[in-house]
Amino acid sequence: MANSKSAYSVAGKKQKLDTHIIVVWVDNEAGVLARVVGLFSGRGYNIESLAVAEIDQKMNISRITIVTTGTPQVIDQIKLQLKKLVPVHKVADFKREDKNVIFKEMALFKLVGSNNNLKKAFNACKKFNPIILDKTKNSNVIQITALRREIDGMSKNLRKFGLVSVSRTGAVAMTRGAEIFK
Amino acid sequence: MSKLYSGAEIVFKCFEDQGVSHIFGYPGGAVLPIYDELKNFKSVKHILVRHEQGAGHAAEGYARSSGKPGVLLVTSGPGATNAVTALTDAYMDSVPLVCITGQVPTHLIGTDAFQECDTTGITRPCTKHNWLVKDINDLSKVIHKAFEVATTGRPGPVLVDIPKDIQFQKTKYKNYKKQKKLNGKSHNYFSQKNIDELIKLMKKAKKPIFYTGGGVINSGPKASELLRELVYATGFPITSTLQGLGSFPADDNQFLGMLGMHGTYEANNAMYSCDLMINIGARFDDRITGKIDEFSPKSKKVHIDIDPSSINKNVKVDLAIVGDVKSVITSTLKNLKKTKPGFAKSNKQRISKWWETIHKWRSKRSLDYIGSEETIKPQYAIERLYELTKNKDTYITTEVGQHQMWAAQHYKFNKPNRWMTSGGLGTMGYGLPAAVGVQVAHPNKLVIDIAGEASVLMTMQEMSTAVQYSLPIKIFILNNEYMGMVRQWQELLHDKNYSESYTAALPDFVKLAEAYGCVGIRAKRPEELDDKIIEMLNTDRPVIFDCMVDKQENCFPMIPSGKPHNQMLLGPKDQKEKKITRKGRTLV
Repeated sequence: MANSKSAYSVAGKKQKLDTHIIVVWVDNEAGVLARVVGLFSGRGYNIESLAVAEIDQKMNISRITIVTTGTPQVIDQIKLQLKKLVPVHKVADFKREDKNVIFKEMALFKLVGSNNNLKKAFNACKKFNPIILDKTKNSNVIQITALRREIDGMSKNLRKFGLVSVSRTGAVAMTRGAEIFK
Repeated sequence: MSKLYSGAEIVFKCFEDQGVSHIFGYPGGAVLPIYDELKNFKSVKHILVRHEQGAGHAAEGYARSSGKPGVLLVTSGPGATNAVTALTDAYMDSVPLVCITGQVPTHLIGTDAFQECDTTGITRPCTKHNWLVKDINDLSKVIHKAFEVATTGRPGPVLVDIPKDIQFQKTKYKNYKKQKKLNGKSHNYFSQKNIDELIKLMKKAKKPIFYTGGGVINSGPKASELLRELVYATGFPITSTLQGLGSFPADDNQFLGMLGMHGTYEANNAMYSCDLMINIGARFDDRITGKIDEFSPKSKKVHIDIDPSSINKNVKVDLAIVGDVKSVITSTLKNLKKTKPGFAKSNKQRISKWWETIHKWRSKRSLDYIGSEETIKPQYAIERLYELTKNKDTYITTEVGQHQMWAAQHYKFNKPNRWMTSGGLGTMGYGLPAAVGVQVAHPNKLVIDIAGEASVLMTMQEMSTAVQYSLPIKIFILNNEYMGMVRQWQELLHDKNYSESYTAALPDFVKLAEAYGCVGIRAKRPEELDDKIIEMLNTDRPVIFDCMVDKQENCFPMIPSGKPHNQMLLGPKDQKEKKITRKGRTLV
């Protein structure tokens, strides 16, 4: 190995990365999202997608869902560091493969084209609970809910039917069954 | 109807209720209402610094030497940004600080008003938490919460940003009831099972070592006493990080000295070869571990820490005990005494071989240096300073660099809270203002800043503060005219290209001292050193001591870049014996 000329040690072996969904319950106060996001950027963690909204107006609680990748050690650090933030109430962590958890993203597609193409586009979306939110002579706005990679696929497939604009949310998550995360 | 108080008054009411006796600060437009109230609150004394960074470091010195939170009060904009270095320093070294900043009036926030900056935005990553108070009714609650956050769990800095209009507005003040000691109990997440497991490991270990850090000091003086009891009850060797120095007596035979990049040969080799490492309140910092992949490869590792996020952050451990050091040691001692009375004696045989090995390492005398009759060797200067001050209860602060490491190696600390140094952030210019803060907390004690000439110039203006408040701090400068640690790295790793590490045109420190209205002393030759140090100690005023030392001296031993603990670089004496060529030295 070449002489590093550095006071710091050289980087260790690269480990395998896993995708996790981290759910954080926070006080809905000014700057709270900046604290959470700043922690990720400041410590070099990765954010694939982010969804945040108030879920309890009385208690003033927001729920942040973050999709991230990292080694098991990094994922552990993310959870522990998040728990140290003052406005954070609790932190849940799910593996993307986890069968006990539902993940959903929503997408809006705007399509412009012939009636025939619009119909084909709607049929292609059939599997993902499509709803037509807006309709004109030559355009449609279709809403679907699906997994990230399914939406990725759809936004590619629909191009040939006149897809002109895509808008999508980050993933939100919920456990299956009667249990809730404490 | 109960009395209405202005926001400015509430700030001081909170200080009174929190038992704050000193604040360090600098006035400015956005904090004028608070400064206006200062005269009405006699129990709070304000120390006027010369730069807000100085206020921060002074508050750090105050906090570390007294165990109480340090408080600073600065204005908006530049006042806040100048304090950022000190806040970051406190964050890295877990020092409880409460920083109150002024802010432009609420209706001007976001308009790029004069001396406006996004203070909470800027300080978010360097505080445990911060608040912008936009409603006068939240103010007292927020300030009390700020003190709680700063002092509980792993301590650290917090910041409360108060717009000027809030300082004028009035509201009621609810009396504050201090909750019973929150610290400790609420942060103890360990179980009896953890303690049992630790004791089991201790009983089995043949090559154990305690590795202790600043967490012991932060847990209070009682924790240091308990640590001594634990070390004596086990007979195990102990090493300490830079921040942990003083929690265990440095002149005790079981103490192996500091570990890490400039730690002793015996401490680092013991860390490498041990079979049980008990980390108490340290955080496996990169200056300690060296190359992570080869860090203490054969040991079971136990980590006792109050901060769950410190566990497994850098080094994977076998047993994690999350809790306050004091509680964990208390519990361990109780169980050890119950299950194995006289453990140290009965276990002596088991670890005797280990001690033999350690003695062998120790006989290397890795801190030795080649003395000189011509020039003052920096190590010699520290040794003499120690010998001449060891019978006083001395408080030492340092700047950052070679002098800091030599102080850590050669000044022997026997009590906690006597050693204030910037470890995590490595802030040059820390020591002088920190000494101001220490002296404020301990007006009758001897306070010495062991400094380098480059570092001390970064915050030299605080001498003026020391003179104003008659704080007889002693600035002991090891003057080699170089940024010594930079020069050392350039010599060893950058082919002696001393790029910009020499300070030409240094001031005359004796005249500088006189200009500030304090006393300047200079020592040039080894034979005059003792007399001059005694002269300094006998001076009842602030002193700048210009100790002209060897310009080429390097700080050894040293673990060079990306090497494990057992591949240390020893001093010139040893190198001569081993005939390591100059080329060989630059290769490591």
